[in-house]
Amino acid sequence: MPAVTETLETVQSVTATGYKWGFETDIEMEFAPKGLNEDIVRFISRKKNEPEWLLEWRLKAFALWQRMEEPRWAAVKFPPIDYQDAYYFAAPKQKARPKSLDEVDPELLRTYEKLGIPLKEQAILAGVEGAGEAPADSGRMPVAVDAVFDSVSVATTFKERLAKEGIIFCSISEAVQTHPELVRQYLGTVVPQGDNFYAALNSAVFTDGSFVYIPKGVRCPMELSTYFRINAKSTGQFERTLIIADEGSYVSYLEGCTAPMRDENQLHAAVVELIALDDATIKYSTVQNWYPGDEQGRGGIYNFVTKRAHCRGRRSKVSWTQVETGSAITWKYPSCVLLGDDSVGEFYSVAITNNFQQADTGTKMIHVGKRTSSTIVSKGISAGQGQNTYRGLVRVAPTAAGARNFTQCDSLLIGDRCGAHTVPYIENRCMTAKVEHEATTSRIAEDQLFYCRSRGLSEEDAVGLIVNGFCREVLKELPMEFAVEAQKLLQISLEGSVG
Amino acid sequence: MTAIPETRPSGAAGFLHRYEGLAGRLPGHRLPWLSALRARGAEAFRAQGLPTRRVEAWKYTDLRPLADAGFEEPLTALDTAPPLPRPRGGARAVFVDGRFRPDLSGLDGAALEAGSLAQALPRLEGRIGALASPEELPLVALNTMLFEDGLLAWVPEGTDAGVLELVSVATDSGRPAAFHPRHLIRLGRGARLTVIETAAGSAGARYLHNPVYEIEVAEGATLVHARLQQEGRQGFQLSTVQARVAAGGTYDNFTLNAGARLVRNEIHVALTGPGAACHMNGAQLLAGGQHADTTTFLDHAAPNCVSRQTYKTVLAGRSRGVFQGKILVRQAAQKTDGYQMNQALLLSPEAEMDSKPQLEIYADDVKCSHGATVGELDHDQLFYLRTRGVPEAEARSLLIEAFLVEAVEGVTDETARGTLQEAVRGWWAREAAAS
Repeated sequence: MPAVTETLETVQSVTATGYKWGFETDIEMEFAPKGLNEDIVRFISRKKNEPEWLLEWRLKAFALWQRMEEPRWAAVKFPPIDYQDAYYFAAPKQKARPKSLDEVDPELLRTYEKLGIPLKEQAILAGVEGAGEAPADSGRMPVAVDAVFDSVSVATTFKERLAKEGIIFCSISEAVQTHPELVRQYLGTVVPQGDNFYAALNSAVFTDGSFVYIPKGVRCPMELSTYFRINAKSTGQFERTLIIADEGSYVSYLEGCTAPMRDENQLHAAVVELIALDDATIKYSTVQNWYPGDEQGRGGIYNFVTKRAHCRGRRSKVSWTQVETGSAITWKYPSCVLLGDDSVGEFYSVAITNNFQQADTGTKMIHVGKRTSSTIVSKGISAGQGQNTYRGLVRVAPTAAGARNFTQCDSLLIGDRCGAHTVPYIENRCMTAKVEHEATTSRIAEDQLFYCRSRGLSEEDAVGLIVNGFCREVLKELPMEFAVEAQKLLQISLEGSVG
Repeated sequence: MTAIPETRPSGAAGFLHRYEGLAGRLPGHRLPWLSALRARGAEAFRAQGLPTRRVEAWKYTDLRPLADAGFEEPLTALDTAPPLPRPRGGARAVFVDGRFRPDLSGLDGAALEAGSLAQALPRLEGRIGALASPEELPLVALNTMLFEDGLLAWVPEGTDAGVLELVSVATDSGRPAAFHPRHLIRLGRGARLTVIETAAGSAGARYLHNPVYEIEVAEGATLVHARLQQEGRQGFQLSTVQARVAAGGTYDNFTLNAGARLVRNEIHVALTGPGAACHMNGAQLLAGGQHADTTTFLDHAAPNCVSRQTYKTVLAGRSRGVFQGKILVRQAAQKTDGYQMNQALLLSPEAEMDSKPQLEIYADDVKCSHGATVGELDHDQLFYLRTRGVPEAEARSLLIEAFLVEAVEGVTDETARGTLQEAVRGWWAREAAAS
């Protein structure tokens, strides 16, 4: 019963306009000259006052990128991207770096408020009732937020409180200044500069993103989150996130993203690196809600992202959960390299494509350590003329004695003009490993639909309810506030797909 | 200054070289349509070459050992009589090094028209190449360019033609030889046929057997195609089946890969009429340094079709197994029911199994699923048998057979099933004894 009520409320709260994050913030911006060359790379590095080694690192990446070609193996189609026709640095103008939230441009704060991301400390993430003033130590956990607006981080909340525990949570630009040794030690060790075309591009021109370090034995007392917003026209966003969980630590990290509605396509090429040492756990959740383009497939974000985790320590664990509702094109494979013995990798994903959206997403689980185990649960939903592909790799090295993988991929088709595809790769070189893969494709069962309709639900609500049920295994992995948000998103994303 | 070594063309260049030298002598060289088709094959092969692992469809199978070999035409004396497999009853067509041997075959009295393709070429315009287009697959291009002979089997409408045996034997002429037979099998409306195929070769022979099958199953017809691949351990087999099944027809393919150094078994089936069905099953029994690749492509192009696939691979030694299976459901193919399962058993720490099942679906009212598992023998089952007094080696053999049986059981024709069961039974005991 509560689930039904909740779904109904969700549906009611959804406006007919669909994408409600599509507004544009009118704010004075500073851009790098259009185009991409070594000077732009130097410009970005100078702008961020980076040490020499980092500039060299970027230039090496740029040199690699120039020799690389865009990957063409994904089941997505798009016109060639002109990499010279975009701004690689766009930041709101500000006099000096704000020392506290009070100094942040109120226009920016209003933008995040509108997006439901309160940058006031002691506020909790929107999406649940009573957002705003819950004190930090009330029943609900507060959420620390790093807000990235186009190319720069504009604010990070709860920094002092986290610092008391020894936790470093700040933008990566700031970490380069304040903790250069940590950044230098870990940056690019999980996703090297030349890993792939988009990762190389990102390594050359990345601007901001989050940096997290959880010291030994510390359980991070609150959810950490980053909210990415693309606002400026003709810009790309190249975020770089680096999370290090030292021995025995735990952190749960959330990521959200939105962009204005525009007829042009914008590129978002991020790199996320996670490192878990002995007995550490990182839980990484994403609700990806970039602008998906309109009903005719005009505009929308190209989300070409490289996310990878190294479970370097024994008994370390990384869990990826993603809800992918936005973007015109998604190209994303959050992966785990399971190096430490007994380490664990998980991947839970819901990907929705409606209208003309295309998603080619999945994961890679590379088993190296003994008794490593991985679980993959992927739910793909296609509607309209959307194309949804699960592409995944499970590789077991000869060293991974006793390794275990279970994979479940389900696809749901709504309408006869969409497509659902499953492309798993299973490579096993270890006799004692056990690998299992299952995939199904079906449409919403008539009898389920009929049952809901006979209980008085409209067809659209019934579909929403069934889809939420279909995705439940994944949604339950999300932190509570995000789960509510994600349910709403599923509903909105499927609007207009029924009837 | 180092001298540039004189190189004999090998790999793709070697085959093209042979084609250029032979074009005026190949069977049917006076038929303009056939010469044009062969030229298309050469053109496509020149453009594509032998596939490398950079090509997605060949990600797990490396043809370099083949490219390095430098094959020539087989030189078989017409009266060689290599040992043949025991006859299974019914009609029999025997090919030695890819050439039809009427003296060893027995096709009289069969309820079908069967014989040498080379003899029938003038009548085959528009038939050869109708299903297997050289532009699509490089190995079909190679075959198109160089085929000399093959089986022609036409079953008239409404006829049950019983069992037809297709035997291919490779002899050892002391130098690497390549043959590229083209087999045409066509069943009229409501016809039935069981083809039991054995491919074998002498143990030390280095050869390439590159057959292409064009199979047409008309409305309501049923073809059972059971293939037993027992090529010599130095042989390469790269086979391509292109089959089309019309409304209400059934194509039932079972392939058992037990021989060869390297085998690629590629099967493309298109279900083009409502209610067509396809069963594709197979087993790969690999040991030593063998490499076996089964690649299937099921094209559901019409509504209400059913497809079932079960593939089992057992890997010992340093062997490597590959399974790639794609099911495509086109927009028109509503009410499709597709199922695919591939399972592998690793018996050795040095064996490797790579699987890539794949679904590509554009129709919404469908039921499609696939599954894949890789693992070792179940310790509990082994323990159970040991507690019942079964010796370890026997227990392993039993469990391996039990694992394979599921795939063989799917073969509907009794004679075919018997032949396959025989090959599976005791495989492990023989391998274990040999190693």
